[in-house]
Amino acid sequence: MTSVAHEEHAHGHHDHHEEGFVSKYIFSQDHKMIGKQFLITAVFMGFVAMLMSTLFRIQLAWPGESSSFLSFFLGDFWAPDGVLREDMYLGLVTMHGTIMVFFLLTGGLSGTFSNILIPLQLGARDMASGFLNMLSFWFFALSSLIMVLSMFVMNGSIFGIDIPGDWGTEGNGPAMAGWTVYPPLSALPQAVSGSGFGMTLWLISMAIFIAGSLIGSLNYIVTVINLRTQGMTMTRMPLTIWTFFVTAILGVLSFPVLLSAAVLLIMDRLAGTSFYLSDIMIGGEMLTNHGGSPILFQHLFWFLGHPEVYIVLLPALGLSSEIIATNARKPIFGYKAMIGSILAIGFLSFIVWGHHMFITGMNPFLGSVFVFTTLLIAIPSAVKVFNYITTIWKGSLIFTPAMLFALALVSTFITGGVTGIILADSALDIAIHDTYFVVAHFHIVMGMSAVFGLFAGVYHWFPKMYGRMMNTRMGYVHFWITIVGAYGVFFPMHFVGIAGAPRRYYDYSTYGEFDVDTFNMIMDLNVIITTFAIIAACGQMIFLFNFFYSIYRGPIAPQNPWKSNTLEWTTPVEHIHGNWPGALPEVHRWPYDYSKPGAAEDFIPQNVPLAEGEVESH
Amino acid sequence: MESKFLILLIIIIGAVAIAQLVRVYELTAKLRKNEEHDIPNRDNYLNSKLMLLFMVVQFGGFIYLMLKYGWTGRGDAASIQGQSTDWLLNLNFIIIISVFFFTNFLLFFFAYKYVRKPGVKAYYLSHNNKLEMIWTVVPAAVLAVIIILGLKTWNDVTGPSPKDAIKVELYAKQFDWTARYAGGDNILGKSDYKLILGNNELGIVTSETLDSSILAIQNGAGGIASIQKLLNNRDTVITDSLMSVMTTNLGNKERLLRLLYQMKSTHAKSKDANAWDDIIQRDTLYLRNNTPYEFLIRSRDVLHSAFFLHFRAQMNAVPGYGTRLKFTPTITTDQMRVKKNLPTFNYILMCNKICGGAHYKMKMMVVVLSEAKYDAWMKSKATQNFKAKYFPVATPTPTSSGATDTVVSTKM
Ligand code: HEM
Ligand SMILES: [Cu+2]
Ligand SMILES: [Cu+2]
Repeated sequence: MTSVAHEEHAHGHHDHHEEGFVSKYIFSQDHKMIGKQFLITAVFMGFVAMLMSTLFRIQLAWPGESSSFLSFFLGDFWAPDGVLREDMYLGLVTMHGTIMVFFLLTGGLSGTFSNILIPLQLGARDMASGFLNMLSFWFFALSSLIMVLSMFVMNGSIFGIDIPGDWGTEGNGPAMAGWTVYPPLSALPQAVSGSGFGMTLWLISMAIFIAGSLIGSLNYIVTVINLRTQGMTMTRMPLTIWTFFVTAILGVLSFPVLLSAAVLLIMDRLAGTSFYLSDIMIGGEMLTNHGGSPILFQHLFWFLGHPEVYIVLLPALGLSSEIIATNARKPIFGYKAMIGSILAIGFLSFIVWGHHMFITGMNPFLGSVFVFTTLLIAIPSAVKVFNYITTIWKGSLIFTPAMLFALALVSTFITGGVTGIILADSALDIAIHDTYFVVAHFHIVMGMSAVFGLFAGVYHWFPKMYGRMMNTRMGYVHFWITIVGAYGVFFPMHFVGIAGAPRRYYDYSTYGEFDVDTFNMIMDLNVIITTFAIIAACGQMIFLFNFFYSIYRGPIAPQNPWKSNTLEWTTPVEHIHGNWPGALPEVHRWPYDYSKPGAAEDFIPQNVPLAEGEVESH
Repeated sequence: MESKFLILLIIIIGAVAIAQLVRVYELTAKLRKNEEHDIPNRDNYLNSKLMLLFMVVQFGGFIYLMLKYGWTGRGDAASIQGQSTDWLLNLNFIIIISVFFFTNFLLFFFAYKYVRKPGVKAYYLSHNNKLEMIWTVVPAAVLAVIIILGLKTWNDVTGPSPKDAIKVELYAKQFDWTARYAGGDNILGKSDYKLILGNNELGIVTSETLDSSILAIQNGAGGIASIQKLLNNRDTVITDSLMSVMTTNLGNKERLLRLLYQMKSTHAKSKDANAWDDIIQRDTLYLRNNTPYEFLIRSRDVLHSAFFLHFRAQMNAVPGYGTRLKFTPTITTDQMRVKKNLPTFNYILMCNKICGGAHYKMKMMVVVLSEAKYDAWMKSKATQNFKAKYFPVATPTPTSSGATDTVVSTKM
């Protein structure tokens, strides 16, 4: 519908009716603007979460030492005398994890790049529904706001406003039951100070986040199915679109399950139901709840939680496929196998959630089934890795900052992926479950890979988003600090975990009571890790600066700076409503004709018709 | 306040300095007629070399850490089950570390080797079914081996315990562990959270504990009778909100009371003996070497996890239902101290599921004794069973009960 209207608009009368500031920058329904809004919000949230990780890393490296840095950022309520409170440590970890997974990587990757690239790479004038698209951003923004506000719940009030009900005395601090918010810890305000009003805000924020994400995903799916331009068959779509498409499907199928988990938890907290509670005595009080099961929550949570890992990861893989092919000047190797792998990963990700629950007392036979399905996922993942490596084999590599980040993604995907094989093996998981080995694993395979994908995407598509170029040299410095910092932080964590350090510990000095050698090892490594974390965090300032500086002062971008084949580079540099000034481009070939023998240039955009006698290859 | 100001100042000055540098750089770039999207060959070569250098540093760092700490930096496993999982862990590590080196090498080496060179065009290759088949089938075959070996071990370590395994209950609450040995009959008395009261901290079910709980809920402080009295007292003024709190409380207590009566009606007095000879032990868990153990794990409040690091055993404690765990210790604490050359070493039971502020402090020392020492210790404990603890006056307390506890000192 909208595309037809736009068509008319673009052809009929060329008077670009002036838009107001509000409808252009705030309540915009243009997919390009919405994508940028997602990006800026997510980058802000990401920096908040990164700051938190450096704060609690300081506690881990120098436990109990008073730090003016901590009191500067956290104030007296969180860190009296510059020493982080032990429950606030958990609050920081929880908020860090929640923000990183949902707000930086789900919002930032899928939200930003699906919005910007789906219409542009498919040759559509906009999303299927511009209005719903706008709504999806504003849900995201609102949930971000509430999540940040929840950190200001202090002393029974928030910004001086008393919290109503029983929460007042207990409701101090943000949610602190871990980003997985397992009940009963998250259900009972008596259990930990963060399970009061802070937890309520966490749940409200997530419910809104989920609603926004659902609206967005449905829109992406409909757009991909319906609004492809002439000639853009499914098997001519760039891999980016394939990953956004599968990601959106995963989101639509799994997020509602998290929503119901959250609703049941809200009921247990506010309405006295017993979905997750049974036979509990806490704070000297005997609760009458009986018959519920905390494990039920875990099943529901991980039914989303595992696909979520791929919701975060797949777009990153899609972006890097595109970037690697472009900058290797070579077709992506095994295009069809890549699509097959994406679909296989998408499907399998729904039947592996139990690998997070091997030691909950679940029937060991059920555990065996999850071992099997989980290890199967390694096969399509291996195929993807080998295809990437073969893509750069005999290429002609151009190391733009985006290319460097994309290759780093392949490296972290390998490094983090192989440790997944250990964790998926239930017999081995017994010994390392919930230790720092797990923290190392998921940060590398999900955190770093996705963040590298995000950076790669920003460096690569910045000219498309803002019409200007980012500074390349600064990009290099940023890249090298980031990859060295990231490996410096997360590689040693494997050893901390293997030595037996549980995660979500405020302090490891209790090790001094029973094993001094291990204690020394953990402390030494913790200092190294924190040092790298601080270096890496400082390195991100370079990015921040480069990003905002280039928005306003970067050199004007050419139309197709990377000599790329996909359709977004056929639109004018200046953003216009409807994307193409004239008719929509028509597609005649797949997107990976780089260095095709016989062609004059080393790239042939998708809208160039096949030459006489040329065969289309896949 | 001053330090805050200083930090802000430094940040601002830093940003301005970088901005100036960028301007200078951009001006010089313009002079050289270089545009941002044109990567000059010099930069390109530099980055390709840095890729290779990074690989060397990454591999070097990894090997250094492995040499320094070993990939199982926690030493030998101290149980039969742990030894079999460690064997499997080592095998898996060999596989994944090989894959790690191999694929990372290819990635970084190709990045170095195939950097853009003047006059060299990329090789147009869209797919190759044979190659793709190979790297689908080979990983699948390796994974098949991993799965089969893994599931075999999994079945062994989660399978049923031998009948004569010693039964011990591990009871978790914020923020400590309590152990309960099943006593001479090796049968644990039943337990229920509704019976937690006074010196029956674990809620063990016997005819006496049932009676006293019923009594307490009816007539004890804050019991049903006292609430009713308050509610019926016309002289005191009760606000609406307090009223509703009290009536809810009363309803809960009455419900609990009904359930207690129900429990009492089905409780057989003959079962009392199973409970009275149980031995409750805090702070330190003593285990008998070379003896299979069956642990039954319970939680009073939130999720916890019983993590026996050195025995490679772990199981969550879930409120509402019990979980189980088994292992057979094979190395006594004394032997392990010699092995590790660390006279202060102890085994440990840690909590490994986030459970509140003091989660990181929730632990219990574990001491594995030789068979003879353990039997002697157990014998000395037999008189301090649940019955003796519950009726402190009935049995005279031994004068120095701590003496036997120091068979192996848990202190440094
Ligand atoms: C500056 C970089 C980062 C550092 C230094 C860092 C460090 C940490 C540390 C030390 C923990 C605590 C582990 C524990 O005690 O359980 C943690 C937790 C976590 N981090 Fe990060 N992290 C970083 C970036 C990221 C990114 C990019 C992600 C995105 C996936 C992420 C996701 C998480 C999650 C999900 C948790 C678990 C929170 C929980 O236990 O509830 N982190 N991080
Ligand atoms: Cu998972
Ligand atoms: Cu605990």
